[in-house]
Amino acid sequence: MSATATTAPARARVETRELPPLHRGPRRPARFVLPVYGVLMILYLTSPVFLMILYSFNDIPQERQTLRFWGFTLDWWKNLFDIPGLTAALQHSLAVAIPSALAATALGTLLGLALGRYRFAARGVTNFVIFLAIAVPEIVLGSSLLSLFLTTQAVPLGYWTTLLSHISFSVPFVAVVVRARVQGMDRALEDAAQDLFASPVTAFFKVTLPLIMPGVVAGGLLAFVLSLDDFVITNFVSGSFQTFPIWVYGATRIGLPPQVNVMGTLLFITGLVLALLAAAFQRKRT
Amino acid sequence: MAATATAPRTSPVPPVPGERRRSLRKRLVPYGLLAPGGAWLLVLFLFPVGIMAYTSLKSGGLLSGGFRFTWEWGNYVDALTGNRAYFLRSIGYSAIVTTTGLLLAYPLAYWIAFRGGRWKSSLLLLVLLPFFVSFIIRTIQWKFILADDGIVLGPLKDLGILGQSFHVLATPFAVIAGITYNFLPFTTFPLYVALERIDRSLVEAAKDLYASSATAFWRVVFPLSLPGVFAAVILTFVPATGDYINAEILGNPDTTMIGNIIQRKFLVTLDYPEAAALSIVLMIGMVILASIYARILGTEDETVVAGVA
Repeated sequence: MSATATTAPARARVETRELPPLHRGPRRPARFVLPVYGVLMILYLTSPVFLMILYSFNDIPQERQTLRFWGFTLDWWKNLFDIPGLTAALQHSLAVAIPSALAATALGTLLGLALGRYRFAARGVTNFVIFLAIAVPEIVLGSSLLSLFLTTQAVPLGYWTTLLSHISFSVPFVAVVVRARVQGMDRALEDAAQDLFASPVTAFFKVTLPLIMPGVVAGGLLAFVLSLDDFVITNFVSGSFQTFPIWVYGATRIGLPPQVNVMGTLLFITGLVLALLAAAFQRKRT
Repeated sequence: MAATATAPRTSPVPPVPGERRRSLRKRLVPYGLLAPGGAWLLVLFLFPVGIMAYTSLKSGGLLSGGFRFTWEWGNYVDALTGNRAYFLRSIGYSAIVTTTGLLLAYPLAYWIAFRGGRWKSSLLLLVLLPFFVSFIIRTIQWKFILADDGIVLGPLKDLGILGQSFHVLATPFAVIAGITYNFLPFTTFPLYVALERIDRSLVEAAKDLYASSATAFWRVVFPLSLPGVFAAVILTFVPATGDYINAEILGNPDTTMIGNIIQRKFLVTLDYPEAAALSIVLMIGMVILASIYARILGTEDETVVAGVA
């Protein structure tokens, strides 16, 4: 604002005629429009999350979620594992998400390194394939993987087909995150390591890997969360093997047990903590 | 590798023996890194798409001795003529979702990027918060929020503002609202990234040249944010077109989308060839769209990375 005061008279002197006042900042009532809108949007975006947490404490008479809030109870938190099918589904989800995230992180990191660092003939094609794998609707990925499993008949639909599919849709995401990190990295550090007679392998483990670690961690967490949340692709390839989202979807027909909200809340907190840790880790490294 | 260590890399001119072998080796390094992930994507992404294309050209039936590959192009004709309404509805819904999403998300992204200050990352985290809750659970919660006597419509009906028979669930509005909600973070994030990297001094410069706030926005900020708008359009439109969960949970038979048809044919009626043909058509349409996008912005644009990550 002070800049206006000094420059306007200065120009006025040169041009000798009155200049219109500079437009600066929104007018008073308008100044509140954007923040109010922003807060309302954030409420809109987060409302189902809060509703889920609230309903996890709902003291409902029948053990199915209802619209009404009957009162506060901790029953569902205490009896979290009372529904065998739901507990098994959660275990299945973790049994898929953990190995899937690990495998996708390994494969995706190598891809990200190759694409972010080197110029080579197959680079353009590989970048495009990764882009496609991310851009194609999930239902197309799910149906093509189902076509593969049905045609080859090598693996029956179930845990293994689910795991293989989850690794497939996670690899491109990890690769993209790591690629971005590698591209933002200072290559001079690696060159310095090699100038100091570090073998390429030593240079990789002592310099490159620590530098790209935040990208690797972020990619791995993304793969984990994507796998836990996936419905569409799992729906196609899992046969009768039920993960958490699949079980919840099936349960909506007969009514949702309140434990679903408890588990949803726990998964929500886990995801949030992991994301915050990753962010803290990233900040520390850079 | 030992040869590398004995010859310091910094020596500029004298060619070291074994240098050529080293450079060949160096050229092979990226392929070595590429091999495992590349092979995986080849076998479990590209090959399956090929198999699906193969399936789409089969004929026969489960009851009449299974499906046989016969170059049955008729599947595509059947798929397109029999499901034109669903394709058109999906594209229509998706177009409304994308437009609404952009209009809702742009001011939000602008607010966070330009006025967020030190709250920027916290606000952004709040926008992404829904992603930490399962897609299915979020959609089910909307079913509760929008229910006929739910927390929104119930009080409005009690006050007599709405008629007792008024309902939102099982209407196109509910489906479109559900999809818009579910993909809104996808719409917001690329917009935020594009707005965030705009050089603020350009806006200052415009204002120094007597541009009003509105003029400065439309002539400087908006054009510079267009890559983000474009990324947001693709990242919303493509998944929204293929979605079937919202139509399933929030809709009725009249809101059936192409995704529901593909899902049903693959998993319920087991009409694999026609389902595969539909999926291929959907994929080609979306790939064309995505390729136009990649042509304009490149596949490594920051806004894409931000959008997916």
